[in-house]
Amino acid sequence: MEQNSAIISLSHVKKIFDGTTVVEDFNLDVKPGEFITILGPSGCGKTTTLRMIAGFELPSEGKILLNGEDISYLPPYKRPVNTVFQHYALFAHLDVYDNVAFGLKMKKVPVEVTDRKGNKKIKMKHLSIKEIDAKVSRALSIVDLDEMEDRDVSTLSGGQQQRVAIARAIVNEPKVLLLDEPLSALDHKMRKDMQIELKQMHKKLGITFFYVTHDQEEALTMSDRIVVMKDGVIQQVGTPEEIYNEPINAFVADFIGESNIYNGTMIGKKKVRFIGANWDCVDDFPLNEKVDIVVRPEDVLMVEPEKGTTVGVISSKIFKGVHYEFIVNVGKNEVLCRDTHDHEVGAKVGIVVEKENIQIMHKELSVNQYTDAYINSNGQVVIGEDPFDADLTKLLPGSHLEDEGSTILIGPNGKHYDLNDAEVVAEIDLDKIELSDDLSKGQAQGTIIQSVWIGDHYQYIVRTDDEEDYVVNSPFTWNENDIVSVAVEKEDIKLRLKTPIEELARE
Amino acid sequence: MARAYSKTKRFFSFKRKYLCIPYSVFLILFVIIPIFIILVYAFTGSTEDGALYFSFDAFTSFFTSPTKINILVVSLFVGMLNTIICLLIGYPVAYLLANSKVNKNKILVLLFIMPMWINFVLRTGATRDVLSWMGINGGNHPYLATMIGMVYNYLPFTILPLYTTMIKLDKSQLEAASDLGANSFNVFLHNTLPQSLPGIVSASEMVFMPTLSSYVISDTLSEGKITLFGNIIYLNFSQSQWNEGSFMAFVMLILVGISMLVSRHFDRGEQSERRGTLW
Ligand SMILES: Nc1ncnc2c1ncn2[C@@H]1O[C@H](COP(=O)(O)OP(=O)(O)O)[C@@H](O)[C@H]1O
Ligand SMILES: [Mg+2]
Repeated sequence: MEQNSAIISLSHVKKIFDGTTVVEDFNLDVKPGEFITILGPSGCGKTTTLRMIAGFELPSEGKILLNGEDISYLPPYKRPVNTVFQHYALFAHLDVYDNVAFGLKMKKVPVEVTDRKGNKKIKMKHLSIKEIDAKVSRALSIVDLDEMEDRDVSTLSGGQQQRVAIARAIVNEPKVLLLDEPLSALDHKMRKDMQIELKQMHKKLGITFFYVTHDQEEALTMSDRIVVMKDGVIQQVGTPEEIYNEPINAFVADFIGESNIYNGTMIGKKKVRFIGANWDCVDDFPLNEKVDIVVRPEDVLMVEPEKGTTVGVISSKIFKGVHYEFIVNVGKNEVLCRDTHDHEVGAKVGIVVEKENIQIMHKELSVNQYTDAYINSNGQVVIGEDPFDADLTKLLPGSHLEDEGSTILIGPNGKHYDLNDAEVVAEIDLDKIELSDDLSKGQAQGTIIQSVWIGDHYQYIVRTDDEEDYVVNSPFTWNENDIVSVAVEKEDIKLRLKTPIEELARE
Repeated sequence: MARAYSKTKRFFSFKRKYLCIPYSVFLILFVIIPIFIILVYAFTGSTEDGALYFSFDAFTSFFTSPTKINILVVSLFVGMLNTIICLLIGYPVAYLLANSKVNKNKILVLLFIMPMWINFVLRTGATRDVLSWMGINGGNHPYLATMIGMVYNYLPFTILPLYTTMIKLDKSQLEAASDLGANSFNVFLHNTLPQSLPGIVSASEMVFMPTLSSYVISDTLSEGKITLFGNIIYLNFSQSQWNEGSFMAFVMLILVGISMLVSRHFDRGEQSERRGTLW
């Protein structure tokens, strides 16, 4: 039954482009009349998902249902959905009227006609010019563009072109309106106004809006429900309140609004350790479990030093109108907090967080993952600011380097790829990192900010000066605040390019 | 260093506008002056001792000669036919070439453009030999032979501007059209075609007027049976009928002017940016 009440239903939808999975096992039921938003960073597969619903891309696997009917492989012109394109895609050779009327002119509706013998028949007919006129004027008045019918679209401002694009889509009374970052090309002020207008339009029209954006604020203000996506995978689906107040993992928390995110470890029943202190919490996780901790800045209370759960020093202060925003250094960690009272920079303050406001999330910690790594000109991978030797030939099976220490990779087909400055995701296994007191022994060095005994070994978190964390399993004993070096063997660094390798090909 | 520089500056300060001097000289020598001479000859006659006087003789002789008018009409017809055939063949070819799946490394484009690199007279001679080997010659099929030669010769000039327009087609507009309910045929008719109109205009310009004035092709392939406007201008000049020849060259100029005006009409606003040209 649940299936039938959804207007759009994506089940196990997957999209692979040239061997790269861009959308992975996408499951979503959209209720009729809902304003649903896909939110995620650029390149996470939002547009691809939308294009599969519109029919411009076909899913590699899975099904897309519209009112229970499989439309996965239907061509776009047969689908009762319309799209507002990111860059409008208005017809440059037509004026405003003809742009908006385009869909209506293509449309054929069943009309009952009586033939000469008096038999009634259903015939498919184009709409009459009068009907088209009426619908176009109505659509243009909905988007506030009355009297603009004869204007050439190239003479319109960005905001007006945007409105034409919306009118051109809604005039067809689609079951679902797909919007791909429709406001991204507008300036800040206009974007705010359009957000409100779009929301009102949604109420007035009563059709389902399927919205795509990378702007979390936009998603929070406009949507009934938000789908947060990362690397083609849905992270969380929920109302804006749910997403904001109960983010399911550190990524969602970080992406939605500002937050403090820390690595933590469960040290007892409803007790967790992070930023060098032990805290009470409300979530129960197994002992020694590695967790992500999220604390919203407005939930951090600043008290006198002796009353705090932990103590820090204020390192910066910004006045934000209603409140101040402070950064408090607690050991090597920074805590972002807000307070309506003024404190001096350099002052010592105590920090308290109510246990309900400590969000604890399960952490899939099997490897250290560095998503902002890149290849430098010596063919090394740079994590934070520290270069590590790595085996670049693993990026392309059957390839070899032009010569040792070069960034030129030669593929099996003889093609050259220049990896200099290429952005990569680097992964290092927890067991593959060697710590040492001899600081010259490793490629990076840092401070142990946390140490936990896990049954038969210690687990340490080493933080470098440039704020990268290395989680390390080790049988040896160090203390918190010890300074150690971090060494990783060349073959233990796994690399993945962020862009398709073909983009790096040299002519 | 800085001082040395300012010193040299005093001797000769180079300004950007000097760059247009060579072009202006070229324009005056090879465009303005010849047109002026044509105009002078078109509306004058000369006495026995070589003195020029104003006259409408060339004008009357042109408009009262059914042969010349007839040649003009035939030329316009051949020009139009050639333009249409070139577009009919060139458009689908350019469309396919612009599809990166068909034309992966752009080599196919070269294949179609290559004939342009062979000397024009040689090429036409070769066409005649191939055609007569196939049994089509100026003797039995003068029009067919000429048209085949014309199309063969001007096809690359059609394909190139069409191709440059097509690779710049706005794909998102095509998607928008299909999103709004247009099937492939309607997408083509209501979007691809209007988007490629500037290319069509360019291609027509490249074919229509040059066809009228080219005389080598029709001369060679019809074995002199078809006389085009270019032939008769050439004939007039080679027989020292300067005034008649100039007047017809003047008619040609007016035709060029008209065709420019017509194409300008299709060529407004944003679309002109997307217009593909040969140069
Ligand atoms: N037609 C395509 N061919 C190959 N890769 C593509 C294609 N379209 C998108 N991609 C890749 O898919 C990923 C997701 O793209 P997209 O859906 O546009 O992301 P978003 O809209 O979230 O920014 C990107 O890495 C992009 O490079
Ligand atoms: Mg996108």
